[in-house]
Amino acid sequence: MSASFETTEARAKPVERPPASAVRRFFDVNRAAVGTLVVFVVMIAIFMAASPSVFLHWPIYDSVLVGLPVALCLVVPLVFVVTVGEIDLSFPATMGFSAWIFALVVHAGLSPFLGIVAALATGMMLGAGVGALVVTAGLSSLIATLGMNYMLRGFILIVTQGKSIALLELQDTTAGALFSSEIYGFPVQVFWALAFVVFAGLLFNRHRFGVRVRAVGDNPDSASQMGINVARVRISTFVFMGLGAALAGVLSTMVNFTWWPTTGDGYLLPAIASVFVGGTPTWGGVGTVAGGAIGALTVSFIQSGIVAAGLSGFYVQFFNGLIIILALLGHRWNQKRYR
Amino acid sequence: MGERLIELKNIAKSYGRVFAVGGVDFHVDRGEVVGLLGDNGAGKSTLIKMLAGAIHPTSGEILVRGKRETHWNAERSRNAGIETVFQDRALCVQQTITRNIFLGRELTRTLGFLDRKRERAEAERLMRDIGFTSKVFTPDSIVGQLSGGERQGVALARAIYNNADLIVMDEPTTALSLTETEKVFRFVRAVRGGGRSVLFIGHNIHHVFDIAERFVVMDRGRVALRATKEEVGSAERLIAYMERLAHPQGIEIPPSPGRQPEAAA
Repeated sequence: MSASFETTEARAKPVERPPASAVRRFFDVNRAAVGTLVVFVVMIAIFMAASPSVFLHWPIYDSVLVGLPVALCLVVPLVFVVTVGEIDLSFPATMGFSAWIFALVVHAGLSPFLGIVAALATGMMLGAGVGALVVTAGLSSLIATLGMNYMLRGFILIVTQGKSIALLELQDTTAGALFSSEIYGFPVQVFWALAFVVFAGLLFNRHRFGVRVRAVGDNPDSASQMGINVARVRISTFVFMGLGAALAGVLSTMVNFTWWPTTGDGYLLPAIASVFVGGTPTWGGVGTVAGGAIGALTVSFIQSGIVAAGLSGFYVQFFNGLIIILALLGHRWNQKRYR
Repeated sequence: MGERLIELKNIAKSYGRVFAVGGVDFHVDRGEVVGLLGDNGAGKSTLIKMLAGAIHPTSGEILVRGKRETHWNAERSRNAGIETVFQDRALCVQQTITRNIFLGRELTRTLGFLDRKRERAEAERLMRDIGFTSKVFTPDSIVGQLSGGERQGVALARAIYNNADLIVMDEPTTALSLTETEKVFRFVRAVRGGGRSVLFIGHNIHHVFDIAERFVVMDRGRVALRATKEEVGSAERLIAYMERLAHPQGIEIPPSPGRQPEAAA
């Protein structure tokens, strides 16, 4: 074999550059999350400048913190689902359904902790069902989960005749104190939600499951050829979504001491917006839990901020849509997709 | 020749009424390099995908070290000591080199949490062994940034990590430069030198002839020829044989001083 000529491929190797520093590596790996954080800070600065009377005082932050935990419980598992290359639009109904089970257990006079366990189990089972429809039966996740959302919500409304369940008995229980009180002026649910975010972040970045979620979303054929059970990984993300939705349902019911048949409605668009604002791309294989959490914070502030700044509620919908489009454009420009 | 490592008995794969592979007996012994040849559509890739557990045979048996395997799949194939370098390399291009090397077999500590330090160190070592001498790429580099030859390097690194008994390579030199092809050959010789087996699938008959000791030629889903290197004699005779397969009337085989290749049914 003669070595007298080179192929273009050999010559096209990039020039050597010094190895990246630890700081640089951090920004490379967390590019999307850092980008989202910058957007969030800029947005808050604009809000403060536009409406100092509102945004330089505590109440607005308090109102955001009350709603945020529920959003976090939905957004973080949704990051897994989007990263694996699917979408789940059924979580609002799953949230309502699981919370319903919780309310029924508590209303029957049983322990609220039993209710929580029952709700989480319900959420996971519903997630497994949705996952089976999408993965085993091979339906389009966009359409099948949308159908499930309406079917489950309809079922709830038919059975309850649209009636809510008041759970005043929760007020003086240990469960009530654990999940619905304040610590140093912070709603205690914020800490539970943060713990959930940290847990999910570890699962996503440091655990075999997260690695496989990314591999399957990246290239399901490669993952399967290397012995990964692709169907099981995909269904697991839906089960995890069900778990998060159930947790969100329990938390929101605990805050209000009431379960409504519409529990979960209204979270669909904000939760999806948060995932994409957070920097998880639509094409699968990569995602960021931290970014998703910051995205949830951003979207919550937009919702509260617009109303607090004196604009009517009509603007919320407009800005929710606007931020999805802007987020997609921004991350498209900021991220490179490898094929 | 050593122990019978893997054996496929009367294995077949059909898609509807079309047989991609129609009843083939095939084996690889310990410590040998087998060359699998055949035209496009001969069934080579289907055969090795069944070996790798990526597709399920319609009928037939798979034996590993003499033991019949049931519920054969990709995970079992890897656990049995078979590593496959697929034609498309089976990489996840948005993930890092480390993640691709440990794809499907992550190194973990307790409860399935990753041992990231060990994974990174092992990846770095493997990359050096394979010949990633450039400092440009670290184990944290995204595979999508690599050239074709470098991606092949990642796939090879993954294949040797587990000291597999058999490494199957489906057209590993396709679209590679000369120097990169030479690297692949060095890799095959190193694996062979370590007493392990290689199944080498290729279109370039010169490449396959150089590297393998025994040849199996497939034609339209069946084995057309089994022969050792001595029986074949030269790459030219192998090429001539394959041309005759493709054009039965056309080309004559040059006379041979050695034994005639034994033609199988």
